[in-house]
Amino acid sequence: MAEAQNSPENTVQGGPPPVGSNTTGSIAVAAESTVATRMSAPPSFDVADFPVPHGREEEWRFTPIERLKGLHDGTAEASGSLKAEVDAPEGVTLETVGRDDSRVGRAGTPVDRVAAQAFSSFEKATVVTVPKEAVLKEPVRVSLHGEGGVTYGHTVFEVKDFAEAVIVIDHTGDAVRAANVEFVLGDGAKLTVVSVQDWDDTAVHCSQHNALVGRDASFKSVVVTFGGDVVRLHPRVNYAGPGGEAEFYGLFFTDNGQHQEHRLFVDHDTPNCRSNVVYKGALQGAEAHAVWIGDVLIRAAATGTETYELNRNLVLTDGARVDSVPNLEIETGEIVGAGHASATGRFDDEQLFYLQARGIPEQEARRLVVRGFFAELVQQIGLPDVEKRLIEKIEAELEASV
Amino acid sequence: MATLEINDLHVSVETENGPNEILRGVDLTVKQGETHAIMGPNGSGKSTLAYSLAGHPKYAITGGSVTLDGEDVLEMTPDERARAGVFLAMQYPVEVPGVSVSNFLRTSATALRGEAPKLRLWVKEVKEAMERLQIDPSFAERNVNEGFSGGEKKRHEILQLELLKPKIAILDETDSGLDVDALRVVSEGVNRVRESGEVGTMLITHYTRILRYIKPDHVHVFAKGRIAESGGPELADKLEEEGYEEYVKGGAAS
Repeated sequence: MAEAQNSPENTVQGGPPPVGSNTTGSIAVAAESTVATRMSAPPSFDVADFPVPHGREEEWRFTPIERLKGLHDGTAEASGSLKAEVDAPEGVTLETVGRDDSRVGRAGTPVDRVAAQAFSSFEKATVVTVPKEAVLKEPVRVSLHGEGGVTYGHTVFEVKDFAEAVIVIDHTGDAVRAANVEFVLGDGAKLTVVSVQDWDDTAVHCSQHNALVGRDASFKSVVVTFGGDVVRLHPRVNYAGPGGEAEFYGLFFTDNGQHQEHRLFVDHDTPNCRSNVVYKGALQGAEAHAVWIGDVLIRAAATGTETYELNRNLVLTDGARVDSVPNLEIETGEIVGAGHASATGRFDDEQLFYLQARGIPEQEARRLVVRGFFAELVQQIGLPDVEKRLIEKIEAELEASV
Repeated sequence: MATLEINDLHVSVETENGPNEILRGVDLTVKQGETHAIMGPNGSGKSTLAYSLAGHPKYAITGGSVTLDGEDVLEMTPDERARAGVFLAMQYPVEVPGVSVSNFLRTSATALRGEAPKLRLWVKEVKEAMERLQIDPSFAERNVNEGFSGGEKKRHEILQLELLKPKIAILDETDSGLDVDALRVVSEGVNRVRESGEVGTMLITHYTRILRYIKPDHVHVFAKGRIAESGGPELADKLEEEGYEEYVKGGAAS
C-alpha cells in the first residue's frame, strides 16, 4: 500500500483567515512563527551552532541520516572532487573568491547542520554576475560532475537590476555533496534557474538554495530530481522589496531505494509579493521515498501577499512512500489570497485494467499516465530544450524500471 | 464471421474464506451481428462473466474455454483481448488522472488499429462521434472519467465503442443509473454500432427497460452462475411480467 499524508484543498481568500483550520497540512494563525521555532536550532553560518541530529528532530524525521555519509555529524572530510564547468554568454562575469568576500552569504543563512557544515567547510566560492540591464540570449550553463568523494561548495549567482537570465545547473556523476547556492536578484531582475539532479544512484546531495528577490523582480526555480541515493534540497526565498514574485516548480521521479526530499520555504516578509509553488513527483519501487515540505510564512508586515502551493504525487507501485506536508502560517489578514493543496494518488490495478481493456499494453499504459501527470508542469518551465530533455528523461526512467 | 464461443466456463474469486466459485459452467455462443441480452438478478454472476471475458486479474478461470474465431481468449492479456476485438463497456468506468480523453482515445485507437490514425481524420471522427452522443467538446480535454457524472461516464464508454469498432461488445449494465434521456442517447449509440452488422453484442442488464431501445435476438436468463434459460425476445417480456423469482428459488448463487 502506498502511504501518504494528504490534505484537502485549503484556501484563504483575503480577509481574516479561518481560525484553527487544520488538516495534515495546516493553515495556522500564529502570534509567533512555528516555522522558525520548530527547527531544533536557529539559522547560523557556523556548524558548531547545530547539534548533531539524531533523526527525530522535526527537520530530520523523514531523512535517513545514516545514508548521509557523515555530512550531518562532521565526519565527512572534503576529500573528493567535483568537476565544474561554466558556459556563460558574453558579459557575464565569473569569479572565484575567498570566504571573506562581501558578496557571500547575503541571500540566506544555513538552516540545518548540513548546510552550515557546507558553509563552514567550503574553501573558495564561485560568484557569477549578470550585469545591470543585461538581457542574456543564451542560458548560463553550469555542469557539476561528481568524481567521487566528499565536496563542499558555495555559489553566488547575482543578477543585477533589470537584468534577465536563465541558469541551468546540471548535477551528474557520483558525489557526496553539500552546498549552499545563492540567487541575488536586483530590482526588476528576472531569473529562471533550472537545477537538475541527475546523479548516479550512489550520490548523496544536500543543498540549500536561497533566493533574495529584489523589488519588482521575478524569480523562477525549477528543480528536477531523478538521481541520487539521497537528495535533500531546501529551495527558499526572501523578498528584499515589495512587488517581488517567486515561482517554484519541481518534478521528481523517485525509484526503488531512492530518498528524494524537497523542503521549501517561502518567507513573505515584505508587502505585495507573490509566490506560487507546484511540485509533482512519481514514485516506483517498494523502497522509493519522497518527502515534500512546503512551508509558507506570511509575516505581519507582508500585507497584500498572494501565495499558493501545490504538491501532487503519483505512486506507481506498492510500497513506495510519500510524506507531503504543506504548512501555511498567516500573521496578517490583509492579504490577497493564500492556499495550499496536497494529494497523493495511486496508479492502481483498476486503472491498468481499464487502459489494457482498450488495447493499450501495460508499459504503454504506465507511460501514458506518468506523461500526462507531468505534462502540464513541464509546459510551465518555458524552456523548450529543457522541456524536451525532461520528457526524454521521464521516458527513460519508465523504460528502465517498469 | 467472428464468433465468440464460451464453453463450460468456471470462474472463482479469492475471498477471505478461500476461493468462491461464481460462474458454474457457462455455455454461450455470440456471433457477429447478433445481440444477446443477458439478464439476471443481482449476484447471479453477470458482471463476473463480463470481466472474466475481458481478462480482469481478480477472476480466476478454473475450467472451460473461451475462443474468438478459434483463438484461445483465456490465454491472452487484457490488452491482447482488446486487440483481438473484445470490448467491455464497464459498469463503473475507472478514473485515470493525468490522461486526457483525447489522448486516451487516440492511444487506444493506435493500439487497436496497429497504427496512429491520421490526425486530421481522427479529430473529425472523434468530434462527430461526440456530437452524436451529445458529449460536450470540452470533454476531450478532461481527464478520463475524472469528475464525470454517471451518465457522462456511460456515454464516454459508448463513445469508445463507436470509435474502436470491436468484434464482440460486452455492455455491462450500461443502462444502470441513467435517466430516460441518457438511456435513449446511449442506446442509439449502441444501435448505430449494431447496425453495422459487424459486432456481436452481449447486453448485460438487470432491467428490461433498455430492451425497449435495443432489441435483442436472444435473451438469456442468468442465475446461480450459469444460463438458466434461453429464448427469443419474448423471454424478456416474461421477465418483465414475472421477475426473476422463478430462477432464484433455492438461494442466490454466491
